[in-house]
Amino acid sequence: MIVLTMAALTLREAARRKVLRALAVMTFVLLGLSAWGFHQMNAEFGGLTSGEARLAASIVLNLVMFGLSLIAALGTAFLAGPTLAGEIESGASLAMLARPVRRSSVLVGKWLGLAVFGCGFVAVAGLAQLLIVWITMDYWPPAPATGLALLAAETTALLTLGLLLSSVISPMASGIVAVGLFGATWIAGVVGWVGHSLNNASVERIGEVSRVLLPTDGLWRGAMNAFQDPTLLMSLGPGMKGHPFMSDASVTWTYLAWTTLWVALVLGLAGLAFRRRDL
Amino acid sequence: MSAAPSAEEVLADLPPTAAVWCSGLRKRYRKRTAVDDVSFTVGRGEVLGLLGPNGAGKTTVIKMLLGLVRPDAGEVLLLGRPSRDPRSRAKVGYLPELFRYQPWLTAAEVLDLHVRLAGASVPAAERRECLALVGLADRTGDRVGGFSKGMQQRLGLAVALVARPEFVVLDEPTSALDPIGRADVRDLLLSLRSRGVAVLLNSHLIGEVERVCDRVVILDNGKIAAEGTLTELLGQRELRLRLDKVDDAASARLAATGTLTRDGDLFTVALPADPDSGTVPDLVADLVELGVRVHAVEPGRISLEERLLDILRTGTEEHR
Repeated sequence: MIVLTMAALTLREAARRKVLRALAVMTFVLLGLSAWGFHQMNAEFGGLTSGEARLAASIVLNLVMFGLSLIAALGTAFLAGPTLAGEIESGASLAMLARPVRRSSVLVGKWLGLAVFGCGFVAVAGLAQLLIVWITMDYWPPAPATGLALLAAETTALLTLGLLLSSVISPMASGIVAVGLFGATWIAGVVGWVGHSLNNASVERIGEVSRVLLPTDGLWRGAMNAFQDPTLLMSLGPGMKGHPFMSDASVTWTYLAWTTLWVALVLGLAGLAFRRRDL
Repeated sequence: MSAAPSAEEVLADLPPTAAVWCSGLRKRYRKRTAVDDVSFTVGRGEVLGLLGPNGAGKTTVIKMLLGLVRPDAGEVLLLGRPSRDPRSRAKVGYLPELFRYQPWLTAAEVLDLHVRLAGASVPAAERRECLALVGLADRTGDRVGGFSKGMQQRLGLAVALVARPEFVVLDEPTSALDPIGRADVRDLLLSLRSRGVAVLLNSHLIGEVERVCDRVVILDNGKIAAEGTLTELLGQRELRLRLDKVDDAASARLAATGTLTRDGDLFTVALPADPDSGTVPDLVADLVELGVRVHAVEPGRISLEERLLDILRTGTEEHR
């Protein structure tokens, strides 16, 4: 009951704060630019073979989807900070937590609200992007639902980390650190790709280790795989493993299980930190 | 043969537990001891004032009672339940010293939220009445973000009162209010007391405390410096006399009545809480007999402010 009340409150906060408007503006700009870009690509490169067109559409779609996932990450990380740390800092949590509620219920409620918000954003904006590509380039990804679900899972993982951080540090710092770690994991993935290209196993391992520590990059790679044309890698060969905007493999069930466990562990840690915190 | 009473009947026959019972509360922040061995009780329907200088640990004590700060040691029972159990706070209303409410909600929505969190069922009309009681009747649909500090504190009072509490904790409830608002709070406290709601009031406005509180706990440096009913704390009366031609014998006679202080020709004698009806006339007669010229005799009562300052200064000297 308290969990649902808090989830509804968090959703209402997301809807009424300026962050939603900022998210909407950024998304519209990105979708608008991509629509224009895809349209131009189709018009100016009319001479492309169908294979080349699919390749271009796949890569650019992944690029734009990365932009969307970044917006979702920024949005939820900067919502997760104020909703917990901000309320503790301002004193707004005092009156609420003096009610007959468990702090863990409050935390899970906020997490649920943020997760619904983040996943809703990914679903709506992602679907809009897929439709844009379909209309302008006549390209429809092989597994759109899986791709969007993995993007939503990526957002959820990051917001869970944001909540953990905001239970111990200040609101702004928690947002910055969460987004910083998200970026660092992505870069580590790219470094891994460079290592693979250079046949350097230890550099390649950097990407793999970072994908275990923070599953956002691993989920992102799974999502890319679901969006891109399956014939692409066959034509480009194995050198593409770890490419920042192409993925050679779909996500394994083991990795999904680890991600679920990771989210549960981080949320549990956040609960522990929040419960012990003096207000 | 009558049947043995059931457990429920036995419990129902017991006298109601205190609104708050706390024992041996202790809290350290790094090297600084904020609260040290604090124990007190607030009875049902009692208004207890918590007094003390800045940094005495009043707000920390309040937060420990409400489970917002974890005590290093000590126990708290809130309306008969250990404070570890969130249900102990079901009938508790709280206005924090740092009163902030979600700026993106309207006043009515803040109240709705708190009613839901308290698990209470309060009809919409009663919620509106609660806002009207604190003077926010015409601002129910306005966002809290646009409220002045005083209005936010009024909203905080409504939040503390909305879920039909049996125990209300008010931490500096008038810090942002104008004189009319302060008078309103005083009336509110008196009406709570008349309805049998227990109140813990932390306020710097001693006059406010003196008017509404049944008992007072004075904290200093995290410890209880004094506690008691107002009669116990202020029971000490004094007698102010303007005299001349006071010799040693007359001084001795004055000192025999109570602690004597002298400022020029003004003599102040502390009297016991319940002085004998003959104490003052006997003293005056004896003084006249000793050749003292008596210009004025007036009884006085020590105010809570004087008593508080006295306790705190003595306490400070002891600490040195």
